[in-house]
This record gives sequence, C-alpha cells and structure tokens, in this order.
Amino acid sequence: MIYSEKVMDHFTNPRNVGEIPNADGIGEVGNAKCGDIMKVYLKVEDNIVVDAKFKTFGCGSAIASSSMATELIKGKSVDDAWTLTNKAVAEALDGLPAIKMHCSVLAEEAIHIAINDYRSKAGLEVWDYKEHDDIHGEVHEE
Amino acid sequence: MNKSIYMDHAATTYTKKEVMEEMLPYFTTYFGNPSSIYTLARETKKAIDIGRDKVAKAINADSNEIFFTGGGSEADNWAIKGIASAYKKKGNHIITTVIEHHAVLHTCEYLAKNGFDITYLPVDEYGFISIKDLENAITDKTILVSVMFANNEIGTIEPIKEIGALCRSKKILFHTDAVQAVGHIPVDVKEMNIDLLSLAGHKFYGPKGIGALYVKKGIKIDNLIHGGGQERNRRAGTENVAGIVGIGKAIELATQNMEASNKKLVYLRDKLMNGLLKVPNTRLNGPIGEKRLPGNSNICFRFIEGESILLMLDAKGIAASSGSACTSGSLDPSHVLLAIGLPHEIAHGSLRLTLGDATTEEEVDYVLDTVPKVIQRLRDMSPLWDDYIKKGEK
Repeated sequence: MIYSEKVMDHFTNPRNVGEIPNADGIGEVGNAKCGDIMKVYLKVEDNIVVDAKFKTFGCGSAIASSSMATELIKGKSVDDAWTLTNKAVAEALDGLPAIKMHCSVLAEEAIHIAINDYRSKAGLEVWDYKEHDDIHGEVHEE
Repeated sequence: MNKSIYMDHAATTYTKKEVMEEMLPYFTTYFGNPSSIYTLARETKKAIDIGRDKVAKAINADSNEIFFTGGGSEADNWAIKGIASAYKKKGNHIITTVIEHHAVLHTCEYLAKNGFDITYLPVDEYGFISIKDLENAITDKTILVSVMFANNEIGTIEPIKEIGALCRSKKILFHTDAVQAVGHIPVDVKEMNIDLLSLAGHKFYGPKGIGALYVKKGIKIDNLIHGGGQERNRRAGTENVAGIVGIGKAIELATQNMEASNKKLVYLRDKLMNGLLKVPNTRLNGPIGEKRLPGNSNICFRFIEGESILLMLDAKGIAASSGSACTSGSLDPSHVLLAIGLPHEIAHGSLRLTLGDATTEEEVDYVLDTVPKVIQRLRDMSPLWDDYIKKGEK
C-alpha cells in the first residue's frame, strides 16, 4: 500500500493539531477498538468557521484526513463547511487507498457532529445527516 | 534522511554475500536441468544432493527425509493437506493453535470446509500452549497435531519436545512450522520427535522462494504439486537449483554461527526491550528470557496506532512492523496479540522490532533515542492520551 505525497505531507506535518479551549462545537467519531478516533474542535464567529483543530488516534491516513479536512473548512461559512464530503477530502489528498477511504468518512462525520454541536449550543436547529453506509458503521454497530 | 536501519528480520532477511556467491554459477555455468542425462546436468544434480545434506544435517534428519519446496507456505500447505488426505480414512480431526501463521491457519480453514474438524488450542498471556490442553483435545479421530516452533510476532518458543513426546505416545503425527526457528535456535527432529517440519530459506539469510519440508521416513503423505518425478516423486517441478545451493549454504552458516550470533542478539534485544519499556504506558508482548526468540522484541504503546508509528519510524530510516489492523489490511489487529488477551485498542499500538546478524549496538541506541520521540509526538495528537492525562490530573 502506498500513500500519495500529499497524504505523507499531511501525516508528517499535520496542520491544525490541538484543541480549542471553549470551542463552539466539538465532534468525536470512531472508537478505540477499531483503531481510530477523530475529535474536531470548531471556533465559529458570525457563521464563519474561524478556526478548526483536531486530535486523532489512528493510522497515517486518519491523521492526514483530519489535517486536510480541518484545512478545507477553515474560513468557510458553517453552511459551506457542512457540504464537505469525504470524497472531497480524499481528492484533496490526491486519493486514499480503497481500504483507507473510511478515514475520510470519519473526517466528514466528525465535522458534521461538531457543526451540529455548535448549532445546538447556539440554539439553532440541528441539521439532518445521513450516516455513511461504511465498513466502519458496521463495526461500530456491534 | 539517509539512515537505513533494518529491524524487520522476522519478515525476511537479506541474502548473505557468501550465500549469493555460491548460488551465482548455478544461474549461468551450471544451468542444466538436473533431470537430464548429460554432464552439465550431473553438476546440478550433485549440487542438489549437497544442499539436501546440509539442510538435513542442520535439523538432525536424514537427507532422504528432506523435500525442497517453493517456500515455507508451500511446506505448511503440503504437510497439512498431504497428511489430511493420506490419513482421512483413519480420522478427520486436526489440532493446531490460535497463534499459527496464516499458512497453517488458512490451510486448516480450507480443510474445515472439506469435512475436517479443527481444534484451535488457546495460548496463555505469553503465547504458550498447555500440554494438558493438547492432551485433552486428542480424540480417536485425531490424525495430526500442528504447532509452530516459535511465533513470528511475539517470539514465543513452544514446548516442542514435550508436544513431540506426547504425540509419539499417542501415535499421532506431529508437524511443526519451524520457519522462525530453523537457523536461529537448536532444532533436532529426532530428539524432539518431530514427524514433519517446515522451513524457509529467506528467514536465515538464504534466498526467497526456497523452503523445505522434512518428512520422517515411513510417513505416508499425499502430493500437493503433481507432475514430473522430481524430489523422488513427492514434489514435481524443475528444481530451483540456485535456491537449493543457497539454502544449503545459508543453513550451514547459520548453524555454525548460532551460538555467537545469539549471544549478541540476546544482549541487543534485551537492551532494546528494556529501553523501550521505560516509555510510560507500554507493555511487552511475549515471554522474557530463553523461551523468546533471540532477535524478537514486541511492545505495545498505549493511546496510539501502529501504522502511524511505522510511518514515522520509516521517515527516520527505521524499518519495522506492527500488528495493528491498518497494517494487516483488515479491521482487526493481529490474531496473535488478541490471542494473548490484549484488548483491541492496545493491540493496535504494537511495534515489532526484529534484530539480525547485521544489527549493531549503535543502531539499537539510535532506535532507543528515536522511538520515544515518535511515541510522544503521536500521543500529543491523540485524544485518548488527552483523556488519560486529564483523568490523571483529576
């Protein structure tokens, strides 16, 4: 299995690692049993994601996906950030190996949960979200 | 980073120069098909005989009990399928263990789909099977016991002599996958009552693509590879002459060097393991002392994942392996680490470093300096580490 240079770059020098104190929204997905957990922190001002950070337990592509996904939503409106798909994350990384696509799904889901956490804390209606029918979903359901 | 430190000798070894040099003439000068009648062929036939003698001597077998194969996996497949097929009228029960290599496990799964009953013996926290469990598992339908000599992941050396003695007393055939043991620790098929034994050249500085199955005289076994009359009608296919020359030379060197090499490896291994275990929240997998393969170390680092460790070490010039799910291409971490009772989340963070003849103390020191930094860097990114630290502060 070979990772793209982009993946290796975002793994070796991950952007946005860390926590945001008093974050406006936090989203955590995955579990330790499966070997990956992603936690995304958002700072939102005037409906704009002014900062995004992450902490991830997982493989190279999980860390790279977290790094890329947080990069992609920074500076975007919450509405635009909501539309980020796992495919967009994978494409921005110049592709992920097929068995690693679930890492990009985790990034998408972590961001959705963080946004809904923000909306719920801000007294806004949470948005509907259909979870991916992904190998990880099956494992997590056991 | 130009540094290149190879610590994955259990995966494969480089071919030693002396071994390669002996092999080379058999690609060019002595290329004749050993089955032919002319002089050129006689040279290759002689080379095969010498290679066979050397392999036999290394495990205290007779030369006519050694059959060359395309590697360790073929030897395992042949031993188990060949005995199952030859003895199926006598019984359909095979006993093996939960920590075998996939060459044994998947062969047993295949046989299970074809009417055989397989018992998988459990192991204790260090990876040892219990003789009592084995004795209890034997029924009047049992035709074969297959227990690995030493485990490739955690280095556990199984009680082979006791297993051999028990199988002999119960008149059940005993196969051992000795791929990790031969050339590294003493193996004596007579003293240990071994009926069938698999070995592979590339684990002891020989070439890849050559292995052997030892079959004790008088044991009937069906063929796996059908065709020409090579290997006394037991294994068809034109012989890998250069490979046979190479495995013979490699096993001879390994046997000669074993004592001195092991003394060095045990020293370096223990230095490495003890140093890495100083990192907080780690655990050693497998036993300590003489019942562990001299070159094997396997440690779990909590709160991080193995593939990330490997990628970061690779960037620092260190080649290693892990039992994490991400490196196995499946969702589950190593079956061996789960079998010794590790929860999934801990098994994901395993790091196997296997040392070899070329390993130096400077390399061990570099690894001891590098690994803790990599571990800390990954822990600093891990939400599990955060949770752990916060819990500690409360």
